[in-house]
Amino acid sequence: MTGKTGRFGKFGGQYVPEALMAALIELEASYLKISRDRDFVREQSHYLKNYAGRPTPLTYCKNMSKDLGAKIYLKREDLLHGGAHKLNNTLGQALLARYMGKKRLIAETGAGQHGVATAIAGAMLNLPVEVYMGEEDIARQRLNVFRMELMGARVIPVRTGSRTLKDAVNEALREWVGSVSDTHYLIGSVVGPHPFPLIVRDFQTVIGREVRKQSMKVEGRLPDHLIACVGGGSNAIGLFHPFIRDHVTMTGAEAGGHGLLTGEHGATLCGGTPGVLHGAFSYLLQDENGQIAGTHSISAGLDYPGVGPEHSMLKDLKRVQYIAVNDDEALTAFRYLSRKEGIIPAMESAHAVAAALRMKGEISRDDIVVINLSGRGDKDVTTVAALQGDVS
Amino acid sequence: MNRIGETFLSAGRPLFIAFTVAGDPDFDRSVAAARALIEGGADIIELGVPFSDPVADGPTIQRADCRALGAGMTPEMVFTLVRRIRLFSTVPVVLLTYYNIVHHYGIPRFYRDAGGAGVDGILIADMPVEESGPVMKVAKETGIDQIFMVCETTSPERFERILKNAQGFLYLVSHMGVTGVLTALPPGATALVRSVREKTTMPLAVGFGIATPDHAAGIARAGADAAIAGSAIVAIIEENMDDQECMVDALKKYASSMRNAMNRPGEAGMG
Repeated sequence: MTGKTGRFGKFGGQYVPEALMAALIELEASYLKISRDRDFVREQSHYLKNYAGRPTPLTYCKNMSKDLGAKIYLKREDLLHGGAHKLNNTLGQALLARYMGKKRLIAETGAGQHGVATAIAGAMLNLPVEVYMGEEDIARQRLNVFRMELMGARVIPVRTGSRTLKDAVNEALREWVGSVSDTHYLIGSVVGPHPFPLIVRDFQTVIGREVRKQSMKVEGRLPDHLIACVGGGSNAIGLFHPFIRDHVTMTGAEAGGHGLLTGEHGATLCGGTPGVLHGAFSYLLQDENGQIAGTHSISAGLDYPGVGPEHSMLKDLKRVQYIAVNDDEALTAFRYLSRKEGIIPAMESAHAVAAALRMKGEISRDDIVVINLSGRGDKDVTTVAALQGDVS
Repeated sequence: MNRIGETFLSAGRPLFIAFTVAGDPDFDRSVAAARALIEGGADIIELGVPFSDPVADGPTIQRADCRALGAGMTPEMVFTLVRRIRLFSTVPVVLLTYYNIVHHYGIPRFYRDAGGAGVDGILIADMPVEESGPVMKVAKETGIDQIFMVCETTSPERFERILKNAQGFLYLVSHMGVTGVLTALPPGATALVRSVREKTTMPLAVGFGIATPDHAAGIARAGADAAIAGSAIVAIIEENMDDQECMVDALKKYASSMRNAMNRPGEAGMG
């Protein structure tokens, strides 16, 4: 889908300072070589299976199916080691970094899930890890900070800008400029300059490829609807991409925050315009002068003003429908899935569950709906408990 | 050739390029700062267009961007500021900006308005030559010099491509990192100047980390045609925000010391 220029349609590209160009060119060449290398593919599959726990189940949700009047399945990325889909990418990139002779990994994190997954891969492959994390996110995701540190990663607080994911990416990029010779920047989503959106997508498509097989096995056919949450968009593209040429409808649920009209949200595709952030031309949230706008979401992982360039293309092609799910709706879905199915979703994934709940009445009995449950919700229970405290 | 090329040709010595963020700490004091730098002896003024997410910049310039944005600075006001400078000076003015600012404003409109205000050159910090197609076309039409960065990891093939497109001068990045003040001239800077000098007669300006007259003199000795100081200047503005007179004095003194360090090797320093 991406050509020699590293573009998805008109989106993508490499808008980075000159000092990063050599590293991106080296990364692209190494990746193209390694992705065809049998030993690499075998090693990666080995770790995904025996260490990370793939394939993850495709769980039929009896109660939810009854309630919504369709066949509802969850793709259980919450059961992947680390508690989210992130490890698919970090294992792949950490192996790639080792292959390239890099001695150190740096990463950004919002909710902390990508930081945790990088810490896991780093610990297992003996690569030191430094994770840049906004101060505000550190405060709301304490548990993940502790997990990263337990596994030997150093968490570096980011105090610039909005002190969230966007600024963590800025700091990681700045750090990378000064250390490109021995350091790999292990970016956590399908964002950033080429070749990152391509590499991360390739490592995440294991989700969609498994769903194809599992759906064929259980239902004898492909699903009718796919739903995933979209922050940067890696779990969504991982699910969607293997189905792009099939007759399957796809919905990406963005963070509606307090509502699109309030301006306090993270719904980049629903409420943004094209521009350049973090090295790529893509939709983004910006003000009338091209300054990057502040965002808000109940979920730290979706609190980001940019989105992967491939999603921007899929939006313009109308191949995927992107919708905004507000905080309240996500919170309702969080409780709904916990109560109905005994599965506590990550607040990010709760946005996808909410999108499925909206389909009630519009889908028929035989429709197969697959929701990507991109992560588990343990990290969010303190936030939800605090909100309940507010109410009562 | 426009004003930048003429300045390099006529000086007969290496130049001192002074960087500030346009609108830091506010519009009026930013004009005063530019004026002080020019009166102190800056040969070229480089103005940063404030951006919310300046990934090539270290903490000092990030803070300046924040102050300028907080004071309500917009691209239109940057052009007004350049017009204001043009009332008292003909020194070349270069804008340093990020791609999204230009893209959002509209590339042709940005270059037209910049040219109209008296801007001579534009450097887009996050635009490598690979992405410069749409911009180059407009830059040529408007007669504005498009300036590119070169660093030690720039491959020979890419260097040739940059050289084909670059105008005005080449901005050599002294070390692999973001902007900021260094205590000593990075060891790679001299080697970079020498290796690029072999390949082109285009003026070479060295930036990133350059802070003291010693650094500037070292850059000149290595054969560069200009030294660029930024964070050191921004730090002076930051330290003197509550006293404009002190700020102006300190900037003048600083610019003068840097300018005097840029005499040809062998010439006696004037200050």
